[in-house]
Amino acid sequence: MKKTTVNNLITCGIVLAFFIICGVLSSAGVLGSKLSGLLIPIGIYIILSISLNLTVGILGELSLGHAGFMCVGAYVGGVFSILVQNVITVSWLRISLAIVIGGLAAALFGVLIGIPVLRLRGDYLAIVTLGFGEIIKSIANNIYIVKDINGLHFSFASPVSGVDAATASDIFKGAQGIKAPQDTTLVIVVIVLMLSLIVIMNLVDSKTGRACMAIRDNYIAAQSVGINVTKYRLAAFVVSAAIAGVAGVLYSHSLAVLAPKKFDYNLSILILVFVVLGGLGSMRGSIIATIILYALPEIFREVGDYRMLIYAIVLIAMMIFKNAPYFKNLMEKIKALPIFEKLKPKQKVKTAGGESK
Amino acid sequence: MSEAAPMLEIKNLAIQFGGLKAVDNLNLTIKKNQLYGLIGPNGAGKTTVFNMLTGVYKPTSGTIYLNGENITGKSPAQINKHGIARTFQNIRLFKDMSVLDNVKVGLHNQKKYTGIEGVLRLPRYFKEEKEMDEKATELLKVFELDGEKDTLSSNLPYGKQRKLEIARALATNPKLLLLDEPAAGMNPNETADLMRTIRFIIEKFDMTILLIEHDMKLVSGICEEVTVLNFGQELAQGVTTEVLNDPKVITAYLGE
Repeated sequence: MKKTTVNNLITCGIVLAFFIICGVLSSAGVLGSKLSGLLIPIGIYIILSISLNLTVGILGELSLGHAGFMCVGAYVGGVFSILVQNVITVSWLRISLAIVIGGLAAALFGVLIGIPVLRLRGDYLAIVTLGFGEIIKSIANNIYIVKDINGLHFSFASPVSGVDAATASDIFKGAQGIKAPQDTTLVIVVIVLMLSLIVIMNLVDSKTGRACMAIRDNYIAAQSVGINVTKYRLAAFVVSAAIAGVAGVLYSHSLAVLAPKKFDYNLSILILVFVVLGGLGSMRGSIIATIILYALPEIFREVGDYRMLIYAIVLIAMMIFKNAPYFKNLMEKIKALPIFEKLKPKQKVKTAGGESK
Repeated sequence: MSEAAPMLEIKNLAIQFGGLKAVDNLNLTIKKNQLYGLIGPNGAGKTTVFNMLTGVYKPTSGTIYLNGENITGKSPAQINKHGIARTFQNIRLFKDMSVLDNVKVGLHNQKKYTGIEGVLRLPRYFKEEKEMDEKATELLKVFELDGEKDTLSSNLPYGKQRKLEIARALATNPKLLLLDEPAAGMNPNETADLMRTIRFIIEKFDMTILLIEHDMKLVSGICEEVTVLNFGQELAQGVTTEVLNDPKVITAYLGE
């Protein structure tokens, strides 16, 4: 088996093991309700960080508007679920459809935003994506949808007028957001997470992924070997947006109320922090960084204001240790331990069989 | 003489940046399997010619024919698909990718499986990936790089990076290969080795090569014909030994 395939399987294994162990512990009551409640958001944030890693780590473009795509998915999927709440009563079917619709909507926004944005590179692209993220949030802040006996009423920037008060029910209430049915379960989150992870890792380990990395490493050289730069940049951007949209659907279905102000600049930056600290281009790194950095502030909630201090120290410590020679040596030593050594010869024989070294 | 169109034909090629005529009225014809040199002092416009041939710059006027086909003004990716591949003066490898993957990127357009087939891991993905691995390893063997195929390309020594760049260019299956100062920064031994490699490429891959070079030993050693550029204008053209002894050329290089 190829080395990357083995590595990808290990990554999938880590994620599955983490959620199965935590899931069992929480249902056994060992984990406590507070920690159990963290599992779903951790899963959702992992989906977000691996999808952003596709844009930032693999394609090499700094996108600061990831929360915007999540917002599109969250509200499109959420509104869909509210509308069909009484028609489709099976919750897993309802959220599956919502995921597909939310993902497609986010992909559509990915195309619409990607076409103008991807004409830019580097800092300019970062600034424009930041702008788009804020625009999407502001638009969501001003949408009003009410359903009554006469059907749906839309309004922008002001509450809907002229509704039949007796039968009216709010679907989207501007800055107060939506109240989607709470269909998200841990099992669904883990399934979606595994699917997203497999899609992203398979994409990276294919012609398409190599083309994206080539563009990241050297734009001019990539063109010179015949790679259609625009096509692959847009493809990676759209896939990343669609998966963020899917995470958004899960998010809106996991909260009682979801207000647009959640999808602000800070959320985009938070996801970016997970990606950067986990290591650009490394899906496993993103996953581990997300678990640690998302759980920490919640675990230390008791110490009040000091928790952000601890968070900052952990961030700095991760930055330093990740590249410290001592730490790298330590990792090498751990890899050389007898348990891991058993795995090694198998791979070596295979590579040596193909080519003489 | 064969009736077939020449491999590369440049007619009245010119480019202007603002008021500066970087290249003016250049005419050049390269026959199949020829090894042609483009030389000239620093700033003469040699790399600009390469950039026009590969679509990085759009010429202000003039036409470029590859194998009788007009390729003037096409995009770099399209021109590569038509059959021109190049290397760069300042090496441009995909530095965070392995040696093997660098060559596999070069093979990109020869394999047809789509991104969706790649994600779903359909049979064509495995079949074509295997073919790519084999083809890339074969190419690396030619340049004696197959022992380092899992190394990051940026960790290769300088001479090997140059070779890898040539291997990557050849992977795109070109008809014409443009080498921009392939011997830059090489010691005499490495240069001699490079000369052998270039001759080998022409035979083994049935290749036509246009190269820019400052190393006169290399140029006189392998190029059959040369064009000398000076201040964007053609100074001399013809058989290498005659051109290099032309007093005009010597003056351009050494001064009065």
